[in-house]
Amino acid sequence: MNSIKMRVNGKEVSGTVEGRTLLVDFLRKDLRLTGTHVGCDTTQCGACVVHVNGNPVKACSMLAAEADGAEVGTIEGQANADGSLSVIQAAFQEHHGLQCGFCTPGMIMAAASLLKENPKPSEHEIREYLDGNICRCTGYHNIVKAILAASGQEVAPPAMAAE
Amino acid sequence: MHNFEYVRPKTIDEAVSALSSDEAQPLSGGQTLMPTMKARLAAPEKLVSLTAIDEMKGVRMDGDQLWIGGGTTHATVARETADSYPALSSLAGRIGDPSVRSMGTIGGSIANNDPSACYPAGALGSGATIVTNTREIAADDFFQGMFMTALEEGEIVTAVKFPIPQKAIYQKFIQPASRFPLTAVFVAHFGDNVRVAVTGASGGGVFRWTEAEEALASNFTGDAVAGLSVSAEDMISDLHGSGEYRAHLTKVMTKRAVDALA
Amino acid sequence: MPKDGGIGSSTKRREDVRFLSGTGNYTDDINLHGQLYAHFVRSDVAHGRINSIGAEAAEAMPGVVKVFTAKDFEGVGGVPCGWQITSIDGNPMQEPKHPVLAEGKVRHVGDPIAVVVAESLEQARDAGEALEIDIEMLDAVVDMKKALEPGATKVHDDLDSNLCYDWGFVQENKDAVDEAIKNADHVTTLELVNNRLVANPMEPRVAVGDYNRSTDEHTLYTTSQNPHVIRLLMGAFVLGIPEHKLRVVAPDVGGGFGTKIFHYAEEAFCTFAAKALNRPVKWTSTRSEAFMSDAHGRDHVTKIELAMDADNNFTAVRTETHANMGAYLSTFAPSVPTWLHGTLMAGNYKTPLIYVNVKAVFTNTVPVDAYRGAGRPEATFQLERVIDKAARERGVSPIELRRQNFITEFPYATPVAVEYDTGDYHATMDKVLEMSDHAGFEARAAESKKNGKLRGFGIAHYIEACGIAPSNLVGQLGARAGLYESATVRVNATGSISVMTGSHSHGQGHETSFAQVVSEMIGIDANQIDIIHGDTAKGPMGMGTYGSRSIAVGGSAMVRATEKIIAKAKKIAAHLMEASEGDIELKDGQFTVAGTDKSVAWGDVTLAAYVPHNYPLEDIEPGLEETAFYDPANFTYPSGGYVCEVEVDPETGKADVVAFSAADDFGNVINPMIVEGQVHGGVAQGFGQAMMENCAYDADGQLISASYMDYAMPRALDLPMIQVDHSCQTPCTHNPLGVKGCGEAGAIGSPPAFVNAVIDALNRGGHKVDHIDMPLSPDRIWSAMHAAK
Repeated sequence: MNSIKMRVNGKEVSGTVEGRTLLVDFLRKDLRLTGTHVGCDTTQCGACVVHVNGNPVKACSMLAAEADGAEVGTIEGQANADGSLSVIQAAFQEHHGLQCGFCTPGMIMAAASLLKENPKPSEHEIREYLDGNICRCTGYHNIVKAILAASGQEVAPPAMAAE
Repeated sequence: MHNFEYVRPKTIDEAVSALSSDEAQPLSGGQTLMPTMKARLAAPEKLVSLTAIDEMKGVRMDGDQLWIGGGTTHATVARETADSYPALSSLAGRIGDPSVRSMGTIGGSIANNDPSACYPAGALGSGATIVTNTREIAADDFFQGMFMTALEEGEIVTAVKFPIPQKAIYQKFIQPASRFPLTAVFVAHFGDNVRVAVTGASGGGVFRWTEAEEALASNFTGDAVAGLSVSAEDMISDLHGSGEYRAHLTKVMTKRAVDALA
Repeated sequence: MPKDGGIGSSTKRREDVRFLSGTGNYTDDINLHGQLYAHFVRSDVAHGRINSIGAEAAEAMPGVVKVFTAKDFEGVGGVPCGWQITSIDGNPMQEPKHPVLAEGKVRHVGDPIAVVVAESLEQARDAGEALEIDIEMLDAVVDMKKALEPGATKVHDDLDSNLCYDWGFVQENKDAVDEAIKNADHVTTLELVNNRLVANPMEPRVAVGDYNRSTDEHTLYTTSQNPHVIRLLMGAFVLGIPEHKLRVVAPDVGGGFGTKIFHYAEEAFCTFAAKALNRPVKWTSTRSEAFMSDAHGRDHVTKIELAMDADNNFTAVRTETHANMGAYLSTFAPSVPTWLHGTLMAGNYKTPLIYVNVKAVFTNTVPVDAYRGAGRPEATFQLERVIDKAARERGVSPIELRRQNFITEFPYATPVAVEYDTGDYHATMDKVLEMSDHAGFEARAAESKKNGKLRGFGIAHYIEACGIAPSNLVGQLGARAGLYESATVRVNATGSISVMTGSHSHGQGHETSFAQVVSEMIGIDANQIDIIHGDTAKGPMGMGTYGSRSIAVGGSAMVRATEKIIAKAKKIAAHLMEASEGDIELKDGQFTVAGTDKSVAWGDVTLAAYVPHNYPLEDIEPGLEETAFYDPANFTYPSGGYVCEVEVDPETGKADVVAFSAADDFGNVINPMIVEGQVHGGVAQGFGQAMMENCAYDADGQLISASYMDYAMPRALDLPMIQVDHSCQTPCTHNPLGVKGCGEAGAIGSPPAFVNAVIDALNRGGHKVDHIDMPLSPDRIWSAMHAAK
């Protein structure tokens, strides 16, 4: 067993884990932070993306022990201090960038990393950056729109009623 | 996955000593190893993490060669070689996806030698030198077939040294599911010689297309490749493409690489 | 302009807040005190006889509580099939038993052999490897046509053959169709494969079983699109638990696309084991497990013939399809290639004579059942592909050939037993041609050519029947269930409302759009209305969400219940205002008396209902809660025109979709933003089928696309922005909202548009290619181009 300590969403946490415990299982089972999801087992779908020391990481492909001492950010820490939705979260709601919501935490975390690296990405750059995040519901159309909007770029408003 | 003892040494020496026990395996970025272990296809008794070894990290010039620590992530390589070796930066910046690039390392990729990985093409195409805890191995001698390398039991890739060509480029055609290369080609022009390394295509793993290298050495144009043909015999044939298709792509990607550089 | 929060407004989704902040409640987020973990040990061979299962070593491993095998399920029913098809010869389909755990034989890779239940998941998996399973491998049947050859290995030894049924529709028309084809001026024939797909909702399936010994009550938390249906099927047919002792909860569900309709063995197992062990038991599918245990979709092999007269009027259509059932009959599997497919073969066209033959076949593969569209994409694909081929053969425009044969008068009774109530196919065709700038295509094609690319324009038109379905009709067709929907509208004393709907949202946004309807009807703020779904303990028996039925059937039930509420509230208001009930009007949450200035607020009326001091107790009961069950009179028939534009790289064969336009007629629209999102997603799945996705088996029955490493899921980079429009509206005539379903349209209409575009590009480039089977991966396109040289 390994004793580990890390800061998750700014709070010190610690635990004792087996070598094989994945970061995502430590978050979901030990810390009960169930916003980080598991959608595959081949490091592809991105439902489990969190931030480790500021970088996007697939929490299903990192041992919890490897995150010992790290600064970890999860979807639960993305909202503003007053609990209101962050700019990115709000843009996803405004532009209907989610349907079933399962891939959404990973999408938000990936989008946050993208905008940190590249504050005004083009549509193509957004699509490229999301290559490791699979969504089955939206066809990505509104996710891309939401991220463009979150970066302050002009996008069409959501659909209007037909007359 | 099966349980294992986990250790995280701080130095190469400690890592080598930890790896000396039977059934110990190094863990680098883990972006291939973790899924493999989750599928219970690998079950080391001891996992020796290489991620806390500072002496295996970083990018710097070492004389006229580019030295990259074996534990350096793809994201770091992409960022820090953008000026010194743009083709390598571009290769590293297109491996997997951003999250994979945060974790995956050059040493891990090269030691694994997945027949569809990007780095083996970059290393072989550049004529890089693989540095281990005991020796230096030329890329030409290092890659020995699908998932096979010259590494001995317990030997780890501590760094990779790249000579920097006059110009180089990596042309990748992706397999639509895994996003690994279906066929990708790294072409490097050193003035007096040209190296062409192909990944994703062959059942034998990364290889040099020597016929193209010879043709390009005297005539570095896409046309020089146009007349050549690639044998489909040893090519991978699967759900995503026949051997013939991969052989064809090898030529198309090489030609495009040369056209882009010429 | 629609009222904010009312019908027609793009109201932001209220459910988003929890999903965006990581506080959703998906089944895997549920952990019960004392919970155990189940690990299914599955067959790695496609067909084999189980000689023995040795569990002693496994049961001795740390943390292991029990190993279950088929022996533990003696006396337990099989997983039932909910639809019976009758063959041409009048015999019912062959219906094999589908045991919870394999009995004697394994019949597909992934067939569960045993389950290890342990204190932790990893302990259960560790012990799974210690099971000693002796299986004698048998020849596997994979190819459908070979499976029907005399002497073929049988998937089920106790059945006559691998033929589940041989269905003819409409059998009485067969001779006339044969005759029309024989006498046609021209017949276009196309043989094609509708590729097997895996639905792949991003949330894998999960089941948590719980049991309370003191009350003898079972609870199952499960990733389901229809918890009441699971309760009925599992309770009545598998485990013998009466409904009042069985609660099924489907909390937040991360996408379904059909594959979470069905009742699965894992649900029955967790419910059963929770009682057997008197502890909660949880199973969470891995993605790899999902590939071999979630019901697959499609997998049809079809020959279609389209007959035309000298003027290119369609005179007859004849199709023959082999439909793969897999190794067992999944819940609604038999209905998909028959009633959901054959009845759609008229498409948008006034073809007078149609005959459909379907042979359903058992193979050693994962069961196949409904996946987004279910039968209708298969029908649409055949028809829209053969029409394109016919246009090429006849040298006419594929657009004009379609227009010439469009149905223009409604209602229209097709020769395949359905009656379209409304539609305007020329309108959607006009619209999509405008959206896609058809007029500018040649210039764009010339530009592509300059860049060494082949540009193609693909058009498809579709009709679909959804909003399933009139119960008396489906009963005649073999359904073993009714297909109504229910709603309870509970008005609270202070006027807020809880609506319990039998529909289930797993991404569709019911919590928002259903509230918009009630808000519009009563005139109170939508935030005063909550939509509750997914728990059999909370609402009346409901049939759930699939077949684009939620707003058309579930919404209608809610409208009916709300109408009852309004009627009763008017009685109360009349009493309060000492007016005649007939003079009471409800507008913007105020009851008024016509022709007077008297009014009483919604909240006063609802309070009176629960504090009936001044109340007509002699006429009506206190309280304000009504339930309605709505059984639709017909299907709804959305339709639309889709255009895809591709650029093919002739050197690599890679086809890039550069533009996509969809003009749909969904009748009235409740929340345009949500509707458009549904079309985006449907088109993306249609794109996946047409261009990327392929669930493939080798000759031994090994699944070779068993993870995202080989099963190509569309990613953001693969798709362009999708232009959608729903301004062509011919409202449904038989439901109170005038709505049609929108959930499946994109997946139904788009695959032929993608393929038609690629074939058009190749032919424009001089490659005489008639057809390529989906998915149109680069190697397939390249190979077809080279074969055509």
